[in-house]
Amino acid sequence: MQTLYTDDQNQFRSVVSRFLEAHATTSQARELQETASGFDQAVWHQMSGELGLVGTHLPEAYGGFGFGMIELGIVLEEMGRRLYCGPFFSSAVLSGLAVAELADEANKIELLPKIASGEERVALVLDDLNQVEGIGHQLMISDQGLLSGTAPMVIDGLSAQRLLVIAGSATGLGLYQVDKGAQGLSITPRVSVDQTRKLAEVVFVDTATQFVGRVSPEALNRFWDLASVALSHEMIGGAERLLEDTIAYTKLRVQFGRPIGSVQAIKHRCADLLLTLEFAKAATQHVSFSLAAGEEEKHHPSMVKAMVSDCYRDIAIAAIQLRGGIGFTWENDTHLWFRRAKCSEVLLGTAGYHRERMIQSLGGQDAA
Amino acid sequence: MQLSEIKAAVNQFIDEAFSPDLSLVAWRQRLVAAGWAAPMWPKAYFGRDFSPAQVAVVNEVFQARGVVGAAQLGPRRLAAETILAHGSDAQKHRYLPKILTGEHAWCQLFSEPGSGSDLAGASTKAERQGDVWIMNGQKVWNTSAHHADFGILVARSDWDVPKHQGLSYFLINMRQPGVQVRPLRQMNGHASFNEVFLTDARVDHNDLLGQEGEGWAIATTTLSIERQGFARGRGPTPIHREITGRVFEEYAKEIAIDNEPYTWYPQREGRPDLVLQRAEATGAINDPVIRQEMAKLFCLTEAAKISANRVAAERTRADNQVLPAGSLGKLGASVIARQAAHVHTMISGAEAMLSGPESAEAGLIAETLISVPAISIAGGTDEIQKNIIAERVLGMPKEQRMDTGPFRDIARNN
Repeated sequence: MQTLYTDDQNQFRSVVSRFLEAHATTSQARELQETASGFDQAVWHQMSGELGLVGTHLPEAYGGFGFGMIELGIVLEEMGRRLYCGPFFSSAVLSGLAVAELADEANKIELLPKIASGEERVALVLDDLNQVEGIGHQLMISDQGLLSGTAPMVIDGLSAQRLLVIAGSATGLGLYQVDKGAQGLSITPRVSVDQTRKLAEVVFVDTATQFVGRVSPEALNRFWDLASVALSHEMIGGAERLLEDTIAYTKLRVQFGRPIGSVQAIKHRCADLLLTLEFAKAATQHVSFSLAAGEEEKHHPSMVKAMVSDCYRDIAIAAIQLRGGIGFTWENDTHLWFRRAKCSEVLLGTAGYHRERMIQSLGGQDAA
Repeated sequence: MQLSEIKAAVNQFIDEAFSPDLSLVAWRQRLVAAGWAAPMWPKAYFGRDFSPAQVAVVNEVFQARGVVGAAQLGPRRLAAETILAHGSDAQKHRYLPKILTGEHAWCQLFSEPGSGSDLAGASTKAERQGDVWIMNGQKVWNTSAHHADFGILVARSDWDVPKHQGLSYFLINMRQPGVQVRPLRQMNGHASFNEVFLTDARVDHNDLLGQEGEGWAIATTTLSIERQGFARGRGPTPIHREITGRVFEEYAKEIAIDNEPYTWYPQREGRPDLVLQRAEATGAINDPVIRQEMAKLFCLTEAAKISANRVAAERTRADNQVLPAGSLGKLGASVIARQAAHVHTMISGAEAMLSGPESAEAGLIAETLISVPAISIAGGTDEIQKNIIAERVLGMPKEQRMDTGPFRDIARNN
């Protein structure tokens, strides 16, 4: 199992970084967050077509690039650094991983190439974004095979061209797909704290579906693990960028005749944050290295999401605080990351949830 | 020398020179004479100029043969490496062999009651009278000073220059009337350190290390050796086998004395290794609040390990990336120790009031709870580590100094 990124992986990172540097600026993010779809078609096409980034982690046999969690993590870290706005997380990560982990063979053959090529943007409809145990309790398939129920928050639900749904039924959980034009389906945009990641409410009333695969509790937990690690990478990228920019600011900002970065109260806070970041980042990247080598430990994905949730939040709070008044203005970009941090902190489980899940994986049964 | 030749040579030496009936000193004198006591040292000074890889082979043979090597532990190594780096030819010949044989124990006399984090603010007075230096002042936190024969001493020889330029570095004989050693009892009841009072204590001018005024630069060498944990590789390391014979009996006594100050060190790290088993044994594992705090602890301990492995790997690869310095690891150890103590307290509940052999883990937990405050102070406080991280890793600007100009004029403790 590797301990550090290889030269090839570092090179891959700089390719991704250069592309996003040009195509994912904060002024673009500010424009896109005012639109309904929240993304730029041209950038998406370039990203999926020329670069092939969308299929980074999906198997070659199904049209993907055949890399694993390590390279996906690199892409997501770079996206998190630059607040990339677009359906990468919803379609490539959540839907891509759901199909790869949960679909039966025929449906993998049908769906994965479309997702991997970026030709179709697919949203994954989950009725619980807090805990894996809650999935499939609100969205239910009736004995007649029709889907009903509400998913209150679906990432990119409005702009997606197709929906995947994990729903319960008398015989257990399953993965289904639903056409955007299906009867009984209504999608309403919701106001999100982080407007760079669009949310919508999705309601089904006796909607026809197509079965994609049976979902065992083990497979669903694995999916949740992978999605949590992927999100953690995106968050680490954002946290690292935010800390770098904040420290750069403290070196320039002069008060009382000296840069505020020379003041111990500020230095010490930055040193503490660097420690938090180093631990969270080392752990996140380690988990992807171990997943790629098939040597992962069961409690590690939750360990990582718990650390990263706290870390990104703490850095975001300090990023505003250390900028003082200017940091609280709309014009300053810091709040864009602050908003992303707040939403990512709770998406796919809070730190508290993941700590409990981690202890259970370590052998401590449910808390009494 | 090829590695296989080294192996053969060490084996042959042991066959010819070693006997368990020798006194420890007599055996080590043979080691020193043959260059096997400190093979990483230069040939001119009792060594063989060996690389770390070559030293490793020597150590392996000693280990495999169950044979005792040179005296290793405690502050004597700091003294030895510093003398080797900065001493005169005469000083090296006078002091190094008896450090290696264990005949002389050493202690470090750096910290003072008035200068802890600010080591360069030492105000122990060194006044020259002809060929002798007269020392007056007080030192503190001196491990093993109570049975030391010599000390490495930093004292102020010039009060009219800036603080870092007025220090000199001395080798002082501890067995003299002007040196008084008192054990310093810590808050956890152990007395691992001493206070040392210097009252007209005398040091021969021959025992000035380096030049007058070079004390700070030389002390920096000692401190960096202390931090590196002797990265150059140690000489043959101790064995842990029960073998009878005079040499082994004397060696066991030496080890017991050398290790005595450190018995509580694992406890100051918070004993996170005992958390899970205690939580299970006591049923605390069923408490959802304790589970949260345990999880926070395990996140820290696992991440610290992963991060340390990464730093080690990057060093090996010699990347040009800036590495978070050792200070980050030290700061992490403090955070871990405090969280572990917090969790142990939660697990114990009211029983955390108890101490002694009847209390949890035969007293280890109580000792942990009152030893953890040391970890964020010893070897550089957390606050100093944070300054280092901010300035050297993050490149943040230094704070304006209040201690430039002649030392005489700088504010200091009375």
